[in-house]
Amino acid sequence: MSDSTESKSTDINKDSGEKRVGVFVCECGVNIGGVVNTKAVAEYIGTLPGVKVTSVNKFTCSDSGQADIQNKIKEHNLNRVVVAACSPKTHEPTFRACIEQMGLNQYFLEFVNIRDHCSWIHMWEKEKATEKAKDLIRMGVERAKLLEPLQASEVPVTDKALVVGAGVAGMQAALDLADMGFQVYLVEKEPSIGGRMARFDKVFPTNDCSICILGPKMVEVARNKNIKIMSYSEVKAVDGYVGNFNVKVEHKPRYLDVTKCTGCAKCSEVCPVEVPYDFNEGFGTRKAIYVPFPQAVPLRAVLDKENCISCKACAKACQSGAINYDMQPGFTDLNVGVIIGAVGFKTYDPEPRHDFGYGLYDNVITAMEFERLLNAAGPTGGHVVRPSDCKEPIRVGFVNCVGSRDKATNIYCSGVCCMYTIKNAQLLKEKRPETDHTIMYMDIRTPFRGYEESYNRSRNLGVKFLRGRPSEVKEDPVTKNIKVRVEDTLANEIRNLEFDLLVLATGIVPHEGINQIQQLLKLSKAADGLLMEAHPKLRPVDTTIDGVFLAGVASGPKDIPYAVSQGSACASRATILLKNKKAITEGITAVVNPDVCAGCGVCLPMCPFQAIKMDETPYLNTGIKKANVVKALCKGCGTCVTACPTGALEQSHFKNEQVLAQVKNVFKFQEVVA
Amino acid sequence: MSSEAAAAPKTNGWEPKIVAFCCNWCSYGGADSAGMGRFQQPASARIIRVMCSGRIDPLHVFNAFLEGADAVLVTGCHIGDCHYVNGNDKTKIKYKFLENVVRELGLEKERLQLNWISASEGEKFANFIRDVTEQIKKIGPSPLKPEGVV
Repeated sequence: MSDSTESKSTDINKDSGEKRVGVFVCECGVNIGGVVNTKAVAEYIGTLPGVKVTSVNKFTCSDSGQADIQNKIKEHNLNRVVVAACSPKTHEPTFRACIEQMGLNQYFLEFVNIRDHCSWIHMWEKEKATEKAKDLIRMGVERAKLLEPLQASEVPVTDKALVVGAGVAGMQAALDLADMGFQVYLVEKEPSIGGRMARFDKVFPTNDCSICILGPKMVEVARNKNIKIMSYSEVKAVDGYVGNFNVKVEHKPRYLDVTKCTGCAKCSEVCPVEVPYDFNEGFGTRKAIYVPFPQAVPLRAVLDKENCISCKACAKACQSGAINYDMQPGFTDLNVGVIIGAVGFKTYDPEPRHDFGYGLYDNVITAMEFERLLNAAGPTGGHVVRPSDCKEPIRVGFVNCVGSRDKATNIYCSGVCCMYTIKNAQLLKEKRPETDHTIMYMDIRTPFRGYEESYNRSRNLGVKFLRGRPSEVKEDPVTKNIKVRVEDTLANEIRNLEFDLLVLATGIVPHEGINQIQQLLKLSKAADGLLMEAHPKLRPVDTTIDGVFLAGVASGPKDIPYAVSQGSACASRATILLKNKKAITEGITAVVNPDVCAGCGVCLPMCPFQAIKMDETPYLNTGIKKANVVKALCKGCGTCVTACPTGALEQSHFKNEQVLAQVKNVFKFQEVVA
Repeated sequence: MSSEAAAAPKTNGWEPKIVAFCCNWCSYGGADSAGMGRFQQPASARIIRVMCSGRIDPLHVFNAFLEGADAVLVTGCHIGDCHYVNGNDKTKIKYKFLENVVRELGLEKERLQLNWISASEGEKFANFIRDVTEQIKKIGPSPLKPEGVV
């Protein structure tokens, strides 16, 4: 009954005697209050045994809402707090900190979700929602009474970082961390860093040459002594937890010694094999041994063994004797404190569905292909030509939203296609004013600085904008021109247009490697198939895994400035851990009661983290070696607990009695209706 | 979104009570996403959060039935996506056992259901709750429900 033990700030055991519960019902403005009758709920909850006070707040998370909790803890000597509000996934830390300030153990908080799981999904059933809220809070109150104090533990953080993916977002994260003095490993699966941006011709809205602004940054990354670039490498295994990740990186064989190769490309000159050049989106060819592109970093050749015919001409041509046909994959084990995932994307492939005739008609190309044709270093030296006859097109049509905003493919907006289409049309118009451009769009979206201006510039240059989506695309069998039937929805008429070249603005989609990285880092995927952040608004670069951050398009479509900002944001978030050299981990773990454990070992194979070990010596005088949970390794999933046949294992914060208290209180005896 | 369909349940008052066990990382997030997307669903489910579907103990499931659950839902991350590597694989094994026992108890198969729902699948979560609720409304209250319990 007495809370008088004077053991200052962390007197976590404000736990003795009677359980005194305070229940705080949030209205979340009208989000909850507009549906659930919060007054009636609070009144009912107030009648439950152990509930000493209930309170309804417009916004419990606000300053005044939190002050109300703190005041009532003091006034009513509360030792358990139930907050009925939104989702614990976003707000549990807020209220844990709030009650901890009052000297309560942070695990004495029970969070009940009556917004996402109630008012928002029963908007037109107010009575039922109110009854459900009562049930949910009753469940929470009974569970709260059984909550036990736990101690979050502190783990040391290795002050090194791993950045996966060396596109512009990953490079920015690596540079920022390196400039703050931390060692960074930058792993890139391609032979060169640079990512997708290295392939763009010019970038909107300023129309800077992409590689001219990216190239120096790539060199800066290479020169930075705190950054270790691991190109042509992939993360194969990740183990451990925040502060202490053990990572296995595989270095794919380049079949040449990078310390000897100078990137002179003499080997390519003599190589007799030609394959489509992926960097140019399959236009033109490269050799089986090649330097990825002129500005590649590291500027080293790579041998594509799949296409190599082992003629050994390159070995003869190489003056530094770098070629080694027998090279095997290499592995490096890294120990890092944080991981930043900047794993990028690919563009939507219209070929399988033959969207707008792509793959059927030569003169339908994607915007990335157009981009390479525009590029002075591209396959045509910057001359946009049509694939059927290599003639320079006069009438160019652009179709927006290919693989975006379409129920048949992807429903989301890729965000960048409007702008790059506008830019592409501008660039060709500037190069060859005689060309005629028509952009067929659904909506034009130009949200950021300079974007609307760029759109206006296109209009002034004479680029035509037609609101409508082609309903039919056909090829003229003789001229190979593309005939498009499209409804001009502003003029309300059907138009039949003929183009020399049709360019599809393909959207952003996840690449094949995303599943692998998702599973390695234990991340979630969002509906668009890209990776999911911890909170869409307030923790946009964090993930639900402590110490793992996301930058760039890996977590949703973005343009370049947004991706760069996220790179910097990741670096800044990571620095909090790297600089403090410690992280706080959850106190929720499995616990063995050695008095009950029979030493059967059934739990051992249940644990994917090898956190349960059998003791070396028998327990007391029982003669039995008992199971023991290594807290630092235990992630607190509780799977072993379910397997334990004797009930010796329990999961703290999710003990059987705590879960069962909720199960039992889903139900109540029906009140007698008069 | 078929919110109109959700507004339909005006049946004579009886709403089944469904105990839904959700894992913290996926299906609980899926239920949150259902809220964020305002995917309307019958007010029948009461969610109990555990860290991993692997933590869902037959003890919890049987207790739910004994207390009066008309249905019990076991949900977690998609296979391969488990936050704890493979907790859901173990759930799958346990679920087979649970299914058998529930059948032995004479309960209809609709009363125990397993579903993998990711944190982004709000609509799937809502549809699942709606489907189960409709199935249970057809077969009526659980025969194990103690008298007087709602």
